[in-house]
Amino acid sequence: MTGKLGLDPAKVTRARELARWAGEPITRLAQTHTTSSIERAVLRLAGLEGADADGMPWVNRLADAVADSAGLQHGVALPVWDALATGDYPDLRSLAMAAAGGQVKFRVPDGAAAVAARDGALREVGAGIARMDEQRALRSAMIADLADPPKPWIYLIVATGDIYEDIPQAQAAAREGADIIAVIRSTGQSLLDYVPEGATREGYAGTYATQENFRLMRAALDDVSRELGRYVRLTNYASGLCMPEIAALAGMQRLDMMLNDCMYGIIFRDINPVRTFIDQRFSRQVHARAGIVINTGEDNYLTTADAVDAAHTVVVSQLLNEYFGHEAGLTDAQLGLGHAFEINPAIPDSFLLELAHALLVRELFPDAPLKYMPPTKHMTGNVFAGYLLDAFFNLCTFMTDQSILLTGMMTEGIHTPFLSDRDLALENVRYVRSAAGRLGGSFVPDAFVRDRAHQVLDEAVGLLERINREGLLTAIAEGTFGVTKRPSDGGRGLDGVIKQADGYWNPAEEELS
Amino acid sequence: MSSVIRPYGDTTGDGRVQVSFTLPLPAVDADQRAFAEGAALQLAAKMGLDAAMVVHTKAVGPDFSFFVVYGRASHLVDLSQVKVTPREYPLLAAAEINLRIREVLGRKLVVVGACTGTDAHTVGIDAILNVKGHAGEKGLEYYREMRVVNLGSQVSMPALASRAAAEHADAVLISQVVTQRDAHLEAARELGSTFAAASPRPLLVVGGPRYDPSMAGELGVDKIFTRGTTPGEVASYLAHAVSSLAAA
Repeated sequence: MTGKLGLDPAKVTRARELARWAGEPITRLAQTHTTSSIERAVLRLAGLEGADADGMPWVNRLADAVADSAGLQHGVALPVWDALATGDYPDLRSLAMAAAGGQVKFRVPDGAAAVAARDGALREVGAGIARMDEQRALRSAMIADLADPPKPWIYLIVATGDIYEDIPQAQAAAREGADIIAVIRSTGQSLLDYVPEGATREGYAGTYATQENFRLMRAALDDVSRELGRYVRLTNYASGLCMPEIAALAGMQRLDMMLNDCMYGIIFRDINPVRTFIDQRFSRQVHARAGIVINTGEDNYLTTADAVDAAHTVVVSQLLNEYFGHEAGLTDAQLGLGHAFEINPAIPDSFLLELAHALLVRELFPDAPLKYMPPTKHMTGNVFAGYLLDAFFNLCTFMTDQSILLTGMMTEGIHTPFLSDRDLALENVRYVRSAAGRLGGSFVPDAFVRDRAHQVLDEAVGLLERINREGLLTAIAEGTFGVTKRPSDGGRGLDGVIKQADGYWNPAEEELS
Repeated sequence: MSSVIRPYGDTTGDGRVQVSFTLPLPAVDADQRAFAEGAALQLAAKMGLDAAMVVHTKAVGPDFSFFVVYGRASHLVDLSQVKVTPREYPLLAAAEINLRIREVLGRKLVVVGACTGTDAHTVGIDAILNVKGHAGEKGLEYYREMRVVNLGSQVSMPALASRAAAEHADAVLISQVVTQRDAHLEAARELGSTFAAASPRPLLVVGGPRYDPSMAGELGVDKIFTRGTTPGEVASYLAHAVSSLAAA
């Protein structure tokens, strides 16, 4: 390893090996189980859209009906396409409506009926996957035609709750210099066990992730990309109870990045750990195929724990996210591993410590598009001091060659950003880039920075060894990450975890893996 | 101290203040800019800034302008008329809350939360309880000296009561968003009556956007929180309430 920190390659290899060992039992769990949301994602890939009069999506109605009669342990596909082949239903939606009315008796077909069901399922689910392939090709073509902005990509958030307000704000942000637009979701969407339908105009501190909202925003950003002559990326969240479904919708609607962390939902949303890991694997298989870059959420650990004391938990989580990501088929270029500038600025040498942490992550993951998050915890309401802190964050981003810069707002924690807050924030980034964008090239870390980086790596290896002794699920149950204890039989969504029966079949997984 | 004061810039009584704001006016060319600055000065004058000065104008996109303005505030502050809304409990930082609970209880404070009845809107209870929190503040799960049991949505009152007893809850929190046919009031009354005979009776806390906070006594609960409540306020209240109970 030829980095500035002089990391021991054997230790780095050891850390990766420990992460793999910790993750493998979880992968086996995911390979032998399915979830209600994975099965609904299969139906979404097959093109089933819309909702009943109460707003409950047809994919939920149909999957629930199958669960009630045939069960989901063989997957939703065999019973559904058997019913389609043997019944008098012109399409999936008609079947879903009849099933919701209790008029369909599902069975798990065998023999010739099973062959027919498989053919039907592969054809229709295959169309959804072909749609993702087309979108991926279209993204490549647009980037080739226009231009791909240089890194770090400037990442800005919009979150009005109303998709029709978000669109002009997102376009304005792109014109002001944003390379990536993230639409924050409505509070609590991660705990909904269905994906709302249609264009939405009301959310709590964010806008619902829906297929139609995805489509509208991507179309608006395509327009502004052509206007600006550079491809503007769109980000949303594949997390929460509907992670697999949202991943499928994102692939078909050409979202470019998705927040998708292996443990975030467990720790911060109290979603069942087993449910999360199973959903996560499928969603990452989808992202891998769709060419979507995932963004992981390690920055969150530093908002609950101390950023110095817990620095190694970030590295451990990144190594786990890397293992799970690779296992699901993601390339290094699709691993937007997260970290953050959250050290208390009152600590002496806090900026040097930030440099050590950021450089360590850069050198551990040289080919990953690292996502670097600005200060939030120590933004006090003193907007003038906050603007200065954001400038130091920007400086650290450039000095350590981070890939995705989430633009810090001086009014963080006070209100959703004013138009002027965003403009000032971008002015800050532009100034630091123009004044010191090349500073990383002449920066040589001293012993203090090197020693700190080595210490964090040592602590990460130590924690991974402990996790291997206990098992990852036990470590999570004991509060290793983000100070919260999450037992593997607790949290939401465990009732949607289903052990696969012999003969379980998922047409999407067959195509994706 | 004089009972009337003015803002202090660099001289007593100079009244100097600084404000910044954005107007939906273009400032791309010189004429637009001059017009926009005139508009900014008019606003500053109406805000009570005498002899205001626009020191910075910047076009934000094609349709907006951002200004930094200095001026002399023409208003006086009459100290005899200062009003401070009384709060029956002090807002404390997380570390102080943890310390107070440890001192008073000598163990963790147990909080059981739920959306009761048919209400499936867990946004409120999750914003208060989940580590993720709300409005830049971590939820109650974040407090080392609290143990949080979040029962989720559509929990029946008997189920809530038995779980609260089993967990030895110090506080029971319910969140109600649905207000059709006064469902939220009914839920609060049911909470009050269900726990009325419990011994020891946990603190009963109700939250939701449509409650009147002055109705706590009438509904038989200890505290009502309304729209915009942050986890830190609830945590501060709980720390204060257990201290008061211990002192009583």
